[in-house]
Amino acid sequence: VAGLVLKPRATGAARPGAATNSWPTDRLFCSAELKEKPDMSKFLVEDIRNFSIIAHVDHGKSTLADRLLELTGTIDKTKNNKQVLDKLQVERERGITVKAQTASLFYSFQGKQYLLNLIDTPGHVDFSYEVSRSLSACQGVLLVIDANEGIQAQTVANFFLAFEAQLTVIPVINKIDLKNADPDMVEKQIEKVFDIPSDECIKISAKLGTNVESVLQAVIERIPPPKVHRKNPLRALVFDSTFDQYRGVIANVALFDGVVSKGDKIVSAHNQKTYEVNEVGVLNPNEKSTHKLYAGQVGYLIAGMKDVTEAQIGDTLYLHNHPVEPLPGFKSAKPMVFAGMYPVDQSEYNNLKSAIEKLTLNDSSVTVHRDSSLALGAGWRLGFLGLLHMEVFNQRLEQEYNAAVILTTPTVPYKAVLSSAKLIKEYRQKEITIINPAQFPDKPKVTEYLEPIVLGTIITPDEYTGKIMMLCQARRAVQQNMMFIDQSRVMLKYLFPLNEIVVDFYDSLKSLSSGYASFDYEDAGYQTAELVKMDILLNGNIVEELVTIVHKDKAHTVGKTICERLKDTLPRQLFEIAIQAAIGSKIVARETVKPYRKNVLAKCYGGDITRKMKLLKRQAEGKKRMRKIGNIEVPKDAFIKVLKTQTNK
Amino acid sequence: MVLPAARTRGLVAAAKAAQRRRRVDSVGGSPSPEPASRRAAVYVHWPYCEKRCSYCNFNKYIPRGVEEAAMRNCLVTEVRTLLQLSGVQRVESVFFGGGTPSLASPHTVAAVLEAVAQIAHLPADSEVTLEANPTSSPASRLAEFGAAGVNRLSIGLQSLDDTELQLLGRTHSTSSALRALAEARRLFPGRVSVDLMLGLPAQQVGPWLRQLQELLHHCDDHLSLYQLSLERGTALFAQVQRGVLPAPDPELAAEMYQEGRALLREAGFRQYEVSNFARNGALSTHNWTYWQCGQYLGIGPGAHGRFTLQGAGGHAREARIQTLEPDNWMKEVMLFGHGTRKRVPLGKLELLEEVLAMGLRTDVGLTHQHWQQFEPPLTLWDIFGANKEVKELLEQDLLLLDHRGLRCSWQGLAVLDSLLLTLLPRLQEAWHQTTPSPAPGG
Repeated sequence: VAGLVLKPRATGAARPGAATNSWPTDRLFCSAELKEKPDMSKFLVEDIRNFSIIAHVDHGKSTLADRLLELTGTIDKTKNNKQVLDKLQVERERGITVKAQTASLFYSFQGKQYLLNLIDTPGHVDFSYEVSRSLSACQGVLLVIDANEGIQAQTVANFFLAFEAQLTVIPVINKIDLKNADPDMVEKQIEKVFDIPSDECIKISAKLGTNVESVLQAVIERIPPPKVHRKNPLRALVFDSTFDQYRGVIANVALFDGVVSKGDKIVSAHNQKTYEVNEVGVLNPNEKSTHKLYAGQVGYLIAGMKDVTEAQIGDTLYLHNHPVEPLPGFKSAKPMVFAGMYPVDQSEYNNLKSAIEKLTLNDSSVTVHRDSSLALGAGWRLGFLGLLHMEVFNQRLEQEYNAAVILTTPTVPYKAVLSSAKLIKEYRQKEITIINPAQFPDKPKVTEYLEPIVLGTIITPDEYTGKIMMLCQARRAVQQNMMFIDQSRVMLKYLFPLNEIVVDFYDSLKSLSSGYASFDYEDAGYQTAELVKMDILLNGNIVEELVTIVHKDKAHTVGKTICERLKDTLPRQLFEIAIQAAIGSKIVARETVKPYRKNVLAKCYGGDITRKMKLLKRQAEGKKRMRKIGNIEVPKDAFIKVLKTQTNK
Repeated sequence: MVLPAARTRGLVAAAKAAQRRRRVDSVGGSPSPEPASRRAAVYVHWPYCEKRCSYCNFNKYIPRGVEEAAMRNCLVTEVRTLLQLSGVQRVESVFFGGGTPSLASPHTVAAVLEAVAQIAHLPADSEVTLEANPTSSPASRLAEFGAAGVNRLSIGLQSLDDTELQLLGRTHSTSSALRALAEARRLFPGRVSVDLMLGLPAQQVGPWLRQLQELLHHCDDHLSLYQLSLERGTALFAQVQRGVLPAPDPELAAEMYQEGRALLREAGFRQYEVSNFARNGALSTHNWTYWQCGQYLGIGPGAHGRFTLQGAGGHAREARIQTLEPDNWMKEVMLFGHGTRKRVPLGKLELLEEVLAMGLRTDVGLTHQHWQQFEPPLTLWDIFGANKEVKELLEQDLLLLDHRGLRCSWQGLAVLDSLLLTLLPRLQEAWHQTTPSPAPGG
C-alpha cells in the first residue's frame, strides 16, 4: 500500500485530474522523434547505471537534476530549466525535496553510449519506505550537500539509507559559487561523519553548471552496472505509481531480470492478479513508449490497473506462468500518525468525501476510516505515514479542492499486550493496536502498554545544544549519541517517543535555534510506556470527545492545557463550571469558569429593538446547536479549539 | 424665533398642567379612552452634536452650521405624515433624543409639539422629555424649552469624575454638570433624570460607588445606570484595541451594578427596569412604552418606530427605520412627506418575542393581563409552566412564574439576556406546536 504524494505536478496541481505529464510541455520531444520508438535492446547491462540524487532540502537536488538532463540533451539547454513548480507551502517550510523526476539519460563518454537512469526518491523520512524501494533499484547515489550549510539532519538520514542498501555514495558539494561557501570544511565533515575520503568529493555549482560534467563521469566510473540477467524470466520492481484518469495506473518499474513488451501478460506478486501490458516505455523525462524494456532498464508500464493499490510500491511483477521469487523488502504502508478529519460545515460532507477520494487515488498510503463525533459530526479517521505526510495531505485538500476541514490533534498508534483471556479471545490476538482512545483497555486487563519510538537526528550549531537538550528531555527523549561534526556543529541522536514529536516539536526546535537546527527521524519500533487514559469532566460529566491517551508523566501538563483551552472557549453560564482532567478518580488538573453575574444589555438606543432581538435570536440558535454535557452547553468552537492541531507560529 | 402668542400660551399651559400632574406608581396602565392601536409615543431624533463623545456610535453629526428652519420643517412634516399613516389619536409621550437635542432651538421643539397636538390628542399630562447636555443648557435656555412644552429633562451627566469625563470626551466638568442639574431641578421639580455610566476602562468599584453616593445628594427622582458598551467605530474602542486603555473589566462592572442597585434601593428608589430607577413614582412613560411594546413613531434621521398602519388590522405592526443621513433624510421628507428607509412587517411570533424580551426588563415583568393584550395563542402558563429548563431557572430563583405573571428575580434581572436564551426558544417551540403553518408576514 504505497503511492507517493509528494510529487507536485506541473500540469496537475491547479487542475486535479488532468493528465499527469510531469514536465512542462516545452520539454516535449519534437514530432519526428516521437514517431520513432527507440530500440532499447542496444543498451547492454554493462552500459547501464542506475542512480538517485539525495539531499537535504534546498541543497540543490532539483537544480543538479536539471543540469544533468541538459548535459545529456534530454532537455533543451537554451530553455530556462529552473524548476518552477507549484510547491506547497508546507513543502518549503518542512524540508521535503521536490521529487526529481525519474529520467533515462543517454550519454556518450569516451566513445561509448551509456544509459544513465536517474531514479526519483521522495525527500522525507515519512517516506523512508518508498525511498528504500527506489534505492533498491539503484547501485549508487549522488549525496548533494550545500557548501555553505554543510551536513544537515536529512543528509545523515539519507546517507544511512544508501549505506544500508550497500550503494556507492558519491558526495557532491554544491553551491561552491556562494560567498560564504566553505567546501573544505564540508569535506572534513563528510570524512568525519560518513568516513568518506575527502578526495572523493566533487565540488560543483549546479546553478552555474561548474564541474557538473565530472559528476556524470563519476556516475559512469564509480557506480557499478546492475547485476541482472536479460535471459532470465521477467522480474520487475514497482518503485512508484501514479494515477491518470484516462489511462489508469502508470507504474514506474525497474527490471531486475528479463524483458517486458506490449501484449505480455503479467502478474502482481502481491495481489496475484493478471494484467495485460498495454504500453511500455522510458521516461525521457516524459513517457516515451518503446517496443520493449530490458533487464537493468528503468521505465513505465500501463497494464489496465484501475487503482494505485494494484501497483503498490515494492511489489514484484512477473510474466504469467513464469513465477519468480519476489524481490525482498515489500511492506504495506504502515500509518504512524492518525487524525480525525471533519468538514467545518456538515453540509460540506459530500464534497469533502469526494476530495479525499480523489486525493487517495494517487496516495494509497493514507488509510481512511469513517468516524463520527457528537461534537464535530460525521468525518473520518485518517492514517498517515508521518506528520508531514498529514500536513501535505491537508494542504492539498485546501489548495487543490478548496475544502475547509477541522483536523484533530494527531495521535500515534499505541499498543497493548493483553492479559485478560476474555479480551484476547475477543480480539483473537494478544497484542492489539489502539488507534482510538475509546478502545483503550484498562490497566488490569493489560500486561503492558507500548508506544512507537523513533531515532531522531538533530544537527545544530554548537551554541543551541544546551537549549535543544532541554527540549529533548522535556519530550521524554533519551540521548543515544552526541558528536561534533566540525568545530562548531553538533550532531545529536535521541530516541523519542513518536507521540512527543508529532505536534509541535519541529516548530519548537526551529524557533529555539533561530532556524539553524535541522531534524530528521527514522522508525525505531516500540517501547514499553506507562500510558493512562485521561478523561475531561465538566461538572463531573465525562466529555467523550476529549478522552485522551497520555504518558503518565505528561498527564498533568496535557490535562492543564486542555482545561485552559476549554476555559477560554466555554461561554459563561448561569452557574459555575468546573473543568477537570482526571485519571480514573484522580483529578490532575482543574480550571473554573465563573458564572455570569451580569448579562443584560444596558439600553436599546432610540428604540432599536430589532438589533437586540436579532442578537438574542442568533445566540439562542447557536445554543440549540451546542452539545449538551450535563446541563452545560458546549459550543462546537470549544471542541475545535481543544482538538485542533495548534500551530505555535 | 418668535412664537405666535396664542400657541405659546397653550403650550405653557400644557407644560404647567404636566408639572402638576398626579404622580402614579404605575405608568402606562392608566385608563384612556383610546384603544392601544390608537395610542403611541413619539420619538424625535435631533442628529447633531457639538463634539463627538469617545464612546458614542449613535447616529449623530458634527455640522459646520445647521439649517435649523429646514430641519424643523422636515421634522414637522414627518411627524404629521406618520401620525396620519398610523391613525394614532392620542400621544402620551414625546421624547426629544439625539444627538444633542438641547442644541436645537426651543422654537423647533414647540413646532413639533404643536404639529402633534394638531393631529392627535396631546393630553396636558403627556410626558415631554428633552435630553440635555449640561454645557448647552444654561438656565435661561432650559426655561425656554419649558415654555415650548418640555416638562421633563434627561441630563447626560455620565460621571462625577473630571478625568473620566475627559476620557468620555464630554464637554462639561463635574461642577458645571451639578450646576446644570440644580437649575434643571429648580425649573422642572421632580421631573429631572440623570444618567450615570459604569464599567469604564480602569474604573474601580469603590470610587464609582462614591460617585453614586455623591450624586444621591444632588439628583432628583429619576436615575439611569448604564454600563458602557464598547462599540466598534468609537475612539474609545480604538484606544482599547491599541492597548492605550485597559479593556473594561466585566467582573468589576457586574459588581458596580449590583452594589449600585442595592444602594439605590436603600435610598428609596424603585428599580423599575434593568437600567432605570425612580422614587416618588417618577417613572418615565416614554421608555415604559418601549418595554410594554406599545406603539411608537420614530421621527428624524435614523429614528426607529413600531406601529400599525391605519386600517391594516391589529397584527400588521411594522418596524420602521428612517433614513440615517440628515441631508438625504430631509430630501426624502420634502419629496415624500417622510424619510422611512425600511419597513419590516413584524410577524405575530416576532411581536410576542419582543413582548417577552422587553417586558422582562421591568420589575413587574410580564403580567398575564399584559400578555393577553397581544392575543397570544397560549397563556404564559401553557408556554413556560411545564418546561424543564424553565423550571431549572425557577428553582435557581432567577425567574418567577405565579398568578401575577412571569418576571425576573432581583438576581435574575442582572442576567436577563442569559435567561432569554432559554425563554425565547421555548416560546418559538410552543408557537410552532400550536400554529403548524408559517405565521403570516413571518
